[in-house]
Amino acid sequence: MNEDIHYLPAHSIRELLKSRNIGAEDVVGASARRIGKFDCRVRAYLSAITEQAISAARAIDRGSVSASDGLLSGVPVAVKNNICTKGIETNCASRILEGYIPPYDSTAVQRLKAAGAILIGKTNLDEFGMGSSTENSAFFPTRNPWNLDKVPGGSSGGSAAAVSAGMATVALGSDTGGSVRQPAGFTNLFGLKPTYGAVSRYGLVAFASSLDQIGIFSRDIEDCATVFNLISGYDPMDSTSSTLTRPVSMEEIKKGLDGVKFGIPESFLEEGVNEEVSSCFEKAVSALESLGARAERIELPNLKYSVASYYLVANAEASSNLARYDGIRYGKRAAHYSDISDMYDKTRTEGFGREVKRRIMLGTYALSSGYYDEYYLRAQKVRTLIKADFEAAFKKVNAVLMPTSPTPPFGFGEKLVDPLSMYLSDIFTLAVNLSGIPSISFPSGFSAEGLPVGTQAIGPSFSEELIFRIAYNFSEKCGFHNKRPELEKQFK
Amino acid sequence: MKNSSSEYEAIIGLEIHAQLLTQSKLFCSCGTNFGEPPNSQVCPICLGHPGVLPVLNEKAVELAIRVALAASTTIRKESIFARKNYFYPDLPKSYQISQYEKPLAENGILEAEVDGEARTIGLKRIHLEEDAGKSFHPEKDEDEQFTFVDLNRCGVPLIEIVTEPDIRSPKEAHSYLLSLKQLLEFLEVCDGNMEKGSLRCDANVSVRLKGEREMGTKSEIKNINSFKGVEKGLSFEIERQIELLKRGERVKQETLLWDPVKEVCLPMRSKEEAHDYRYFPEPDLLPLVISGEMVEEIRKGLPELPNERRKRFIRQYGLPQHDAWLLTSVRSLADYYEAVVSECGDAKTASNWIMTEVLRIVSEKAGDISSCPISSHSLSELILLLKDGTISGKIAKTVFEEMAKTGKGPRSIVEEKGFVQVTDEEQIREFILCVLKENQEIVTEYLGGKSKSFTFLVGQTMKLSKGMANPELVNRILREELSKP
Repeated sequence: MNEDIHYLPAHSIRELLKSRNIGAEDVVGASARRIGKFDCRVRAYLSAITEQAISAARAIDRGSVSASDGLLSGVPVAVKNNICTKGIETNCASRILEGYIPPYDSTAVQRLKAAGAILIGKTNLDEFGMGSSTENSAFFPTRNPWNLDKVPGGSSGGSAAAVSAGMATVALGSDTGGSVRQPAGFTNLFGLKPTYGAVSRYGLVAFASSLDQIGIFSRDIEDCATVFNLISGYDPMDSTSSTLTRPVSMEEIKKGLDGVKFGIPESFLEEGVNEEVSSCFEKAVSALESLGARAERIELPNLKYSVASYYLVANAEASSNLARYDGIRYGKRAAHYSDISDMYDKTRTEGFGREVKRRIMLGTYALSSGYYDEYYLRAQKVRTLIKADFEAAFKKVNAVLMPTSPTPPFGFGEKLVDPLSMYLSDIFTLAVNLSGIPSISFPSGFSAEGLPVGTQAIGPSFSEELIFRIAYNFSEKCGFHNKRPELEKQFK
Repeated sequence: MKNSSSEYEAIIGLEIHAQLLTQSKLFCSCGTNFGEPPNSQVCPICLGHPGVLPVLNEKAVELAIRVALAASTTIRKESIFARKNYFYPDLPKSYQISQYEKPLAENGILEAEVDGEARTIGLKRIHLEEDAGKSFHPEKDEDEQFTFVDLNRCGVPLIEIVTEPDIRSPKEAHSYLLSLKQLLEFLEVCDGNMEKGSLRCDANVSVRLKGEREMGTKSEIKNINSFKGVEKGLSFEIERQIELLKRGERVKQETLLWDPVKEVCLPMRSKEEAHDYRYFPEPDLLPLVISGEMVEEIRKGLPELPNERRKRFIRQYGLPQHDAWLLTSVRSLADYYEAVVSECGDAKTASNWIMTEVLRIVSEKAGDISSCPISSHSLSELILLLKDGTISGKIAKTVFEEMAKTGKGPRSIVEEKGFVQVTDEEQIREFILCVLKENQEIVTEYLGGKSKSFTFLVGQTMKLSKGMANPELVNRILREELSKP
């Protein structure tokens, strides 16, 4: 069994540690060895801090740190490189923040560390979280462990690849428009986008503040629930964090699906879903029905405006959030310039990538006087309608079910040339962020090529327990989540 | 203004920034002390580090509501913070968190005294916002290429108070600003110190021919940091605009800076190139919700406001308008006055002493009443000594100077120096007889009808008594002696 330590879930690690069958060093060492072996090709990590992680594990084994009793004691955790970690470079996969070392820990990381978790590395992403393939990293693309010719999804592709390849037990990502769920779907993981306000955003480098939420990657529901319980809850450092969040209970999650009603927005799904995805989705629906849940057709008439509304709101906020990277106080500054505005120009020209620049331009335009009403304000109104669609649906059903992505993982470069086609790959995830509600993507089958396909369960605000329950029962029955990528084969 | 003022009139509106007297900044727990070493009061939040979020300081909200209540504005139940986006090296987030479309309070009034008369000026809005940092350029040659940035002020809480364009002259603007400063001090919301930048003023000004209804093109004078500057800057600009109009030219809409040394307004940048601030609701903060209970709680804690206090001074102490305005101009001064009156019981004498002697020594020290070496207790004791005849008015002045110099109480000074007034009639009679003997010629003149000589004889007696004889007794006894055959 030692061979598979790197694939153990956190709750098993805890039991083994308690019974002293293995030490934290064995656990962290197993992940570190995977990183050493496979990350040269997968490239999940922007920086792996394996040595630091191993010495932290030793401290736990010696009993010299109080964290040894924590729920995540000795568990190697990967963190997306847009979540601040004290003393460890956090650069958002952008040249403009290259070398930036935060003087503080994000609240989520602080809480994980307090539970004994060991940070093993900072993972790759689309620059500032802008993209759906992790090809927009300023440094290098991450590959999908299931097929190295395919993208791992984005923007949290690094975190997804790390957990999927056994290079970390769980990982944090961020989900602004599907950036946790879509890569989770592409790499056969569970990916949670919590209710807006359930998890503190303090220390998450802002992309679009009203949509961003730190999310979780895991290989089983119990790990996801554990991490959720640890990092969620009110944080005085984040005014938008909620006091309404309650911990989820595994006991509740393990209850069956009797009496659960979920809705399927069929007419919305008609728009361009890949056949294999469609077939996986239908099978998932049947499986859930066989477990006692009831499916119902519902209408979410405004969801078709999600992409338009999302890209206006998100880019408007991004244009403001990214304005602070000006070369004055930290990060990159252009080497040669003539005066202050030339310095701004050159620093930002050199520091930001194409996609980031495109979005800053779009967002600036949408907010500028004369266009504000037509674009930003109207997008916000549409957002209200989308939210109302879900609210109406939740009066009839407990949850909504949708494919996570319209296609299985795609190849490198396939969508880079056409930004709009890239934006459309998030069509099923965006509405959830616009509405602030929670959603979990769970493994629900494979394409003919053997590529993972995900389905998402969407619930009303603070219904994490319910959507975990759906994902858990489905997975217990179908077991897709137990399948692992065959990395060794690909490396021959 | 010169004679041109008869044809033209000025339309003036003010935007005043006041720093709120909080311990910590608007969105983080950093201190707000003035004059600390550069960048010593900063944290990741006010430095705008990646990933940090603002958390609103409740004390700042409370102070802003105090002003909103005192200015009779309508307070919004739900106000919204917005981002004002612009690039500046001393603005770490590249946006300033302010309030825009839905400010904390709107539509109020403020009373000011102009030439002894109360004038009411409309308040458009009061809103909360954070301050930016400071850039400075060292004068040393070798550092010329550098700009230094001090971010201590970054995130310091401000309220912006915007008036309606109701002000018609630089003098009125000055009076209005003074009244507002008084109000803020009374409310203990702002220390009102313009030199330290805790009170700053921008002025919008346009001119038009009298009787015209349409407003002229306005210019904006930025960052005026003295009361003189407000009056002089506006006068300069109004005169400039009138000259332009007289020559048939047009006023350009622009932003000006008042140069207090050269006493001119210089253009900063033309409004055409001005920033598009791209305001939008701040997604990192929830709407600011203010409950009726909270407002009532704050209302209960409000001190008596300058206007109310002024009216009460006139009513309760029978003071003339002028005394009441002056004594209520600063809260600590009004408190001082009331403390003196409550002990000595003589409202007008107390007012006279404070308005002349006390304010004189305070202004000599260029301080305020808190720096006055004479406590309210000492002053009222002095007034009592005067009233019960222990000392004369003249001695009182001498004692007062001694009090100012040494900080001692009046009783000990009187005793030490033997300043007690001579009221012993026999003693005074002896002084008088002595004077009469030495000035027989004058006495003859007096008896011959030269009444002026009487004053001379009184003076001589006072001189002989070293000023300590009771002047009333001197008068009476001198008359008695002179009328003796």
